[in-house]
Amino acid sequence: MVAIRRRTLERWSPWIVLAAILIIWELICRVFQVSDFIFPAPSAILVSLKQYAGPIAGHAFQTFWTTMAGFTLGVVVGLLLGFLVGSSRLMYTALYPLMVGFNSIPKAAFVPVLVVWFGIGTVPAILTAFVICFFPITVNVATGLATIEPELEDVLRALGANRMDVLLKVGLPRSLPYFFASLKVAITLAFIGSVVSETVAANEGIGYLMMSAGSQMRMPLVFAGLIVISIMAMAMYAVFAFLEKRTTGWATRGMDARA
Amino acid sequence: MADAFVEVDNVDLAYDEVSGNAIEDVSLSMQEHEFIAMVGPSGCGKSTFMKLCSGLRPPNKGHVVVDGREVSGPLKIVGMAFQNATLLPWRTTLDNVLLPLEIVQPYRASFKQKKAEYAERAKALLRSVGLDGYEHRFPWELSGGMQQRASICRALIHEPKLLLLDEPFAALDAFTREELWCVLRDLWMRKRFTVVLVTHDLREATFLADTVYVMSKRPGRILARRVIDIPRPRELEVVYTDRFAEIVLELREHIGRIRKA
Repeated sequence: MVAIRRRTLERWSPWIVLAAILIIWELICRVFQVSDFIFPAPSAILVSLKQYAGPIAGHAFQTFWTTMAGFTLGVVVGLLLGFLVGSSRLMYTALYPLMVGFNSIPKAAFVPVLVVWFGIGTVPAILTAFVICFFPITVNVATGLATIEPELEDVLRALGANRMDVLLKVGLPRSLPYFFASLKVAITLAFIGSVVSETVAANEGIGYLMMSAGSQMRMPLVFAGLIVISIMAMAMYAVFAFLEKRTTGWATRGMDARA
Repeated sequence: MADAFVEVDNVDLAYDEVSGNAIEDVSLSMQEHEFIAMVGPSGCGKSTFMKLCSGLRPPNKGHVVVDGREVSGPLKIVGMAFQNATLLPWRTTLDNVLLPLEIVQPYRASFKQKKAEYAERAKALLRSVGLDGYEHRFPWELSGGMQQRASICRALIHEPKLLLLDEPFAALDAFTREELWCVLRDLWMRKRFTVVLVTHDLREATFLADTVYVMSKRPGRILARRVIDIPRPRELEVVYTDRFAEIVLELREHIGRIRKA
C-alpha cells in the first residue's frame, strides 16, 4: 500500500511542483501588488491567453512549422555529416575542428547575415533553427560510429566484410541511441533558433508576437507567448523521448539488467 | 605426413616503425584438425599472431600459407572469438549467431531465401552448447558464460576450417571456465576444425590442445613447442593427474624463465 502511494506521488510530483510555483507566483503578485507591466500574475497571463487565443494560435503554428522545417533540415544534414565524420578518421580530423569553431558562433549574431541574404521572414527563421540544431546530432552520430569495438570489427572483416557492411550492420544500429538522445536536445535548440530569428527579423511567429507585445508594454501577452513556446518544445521533446524508448529500448534495458 | 594446413615461415610483424616488431622470426606449422595453444606473458604478440592467421594483417617479412594459399587478405574460412563476447545488444542471440552468414559468401547471396534453414542450423548449434531455449533472448539477458557460448557459436556458424580464439574464457569464473573447456572440447571432437587458442592459462592450454607453443616477451618469438600426449577423449578429471601436473609445471618453468630474463 505504502509503495503504491509512493509511486502515485512520484508520478504526480512534477504537476504538484508546477501548481505550487503557480500559487506562490500568484500570491506574490497579489500581496505585493506587482504591476502587470512588470511581472504579470498567472491569472493575468491566462486571461490574455484566452483573449488572444486566435492570433496566438496563428503565430504558434508559424513558429511550429518553421522550427520543424529547420529541425528536419538539421536532422538530414546532421546525420549525413555525422556519418561522414564518424566513418573515417581522416574526415574526423579534417572536419571536427571546423565544426567546433562554427558551433561556437552565437547563432543570434548570425541572424543579421541571413537577413541580408534572404530578407526578413520565414527563411532566416528556418535556417537559424537549422544551424543551431544540427551540431549535436552530428557529434552524437559520429561518436556512435567511431566507438565500434575493434574486436567486433575484426570478426566481421575476417569474414570479408567491407566498410559499408560494418557501418550498416554494426555502426548505424549502435549509434541509434546516441542519435535519438541528440534529437531531444536538437528539437529544443531548434525552437530557440526560430524564435530568436523571429524576434529580430520577422512579422509572424511567436517571437514576433512577443517582441511587438513587449514594445506595447503588454507583458501578460509576452508571458503567454513564452508559455506557448515552452509547451510546444516540451511536447516535441516528449515525442522524441517516446520514440527513443520504443526504438532503442535495448540500450537502456541492457543497463538495467547489468545493474 | 600430409601438407601442413597452416604454415608460418620466418614471420616478422610490426604495427608501425616506432614500436618495433610485435612478433619476430616466428615459424610453425599446423596440421589440419590440429588444436594448438599459444601461451606467453602478456603483450607477447599472441593476438598479433591471430591477426596474421586471419589475414587481417600482412606480415612485414616471411610468409603465411593457410590451406595451400599464401594469405594476402581476409580469409573467410576463419571464425573468431574474443575475451569479450562482443554480441550485438540489439539482436537476439539467434540473430547474433546468424550475423556471419549475412556477410560471408556463399551464404550471403542466399541468406534471404534460406533464412529458415540457416536459423535451424543456428538453433542446432546453440542447442549443442547448452543454449537451448535462449534463442530469442537478448545478449544482455544472458550470463557471461552463456554470452561466451553464443560468441563461439557465432564463430562457428559458417563452418570455418580455422577457429581463432583469443583468451575466450579469461573473463569467466573458474567453474564456468572449466564447463566451457568441455563445451569447446566436445565441439572440436565432433567437427574437427583447426584451432588456434591464445591463452594465459596453462591448464587450459594443456587440457585442450594437441600442441602448446610458448612465446617470449615482446618481440614475440616461439621459445618452446610441447606436444601434449595425453590421450583423447580427455575427461575433466585428467586435470588432477600427475601426468597433467608435470606438463603444466614444465610449461610454467618456461614462462618463469621468460619473466626473469
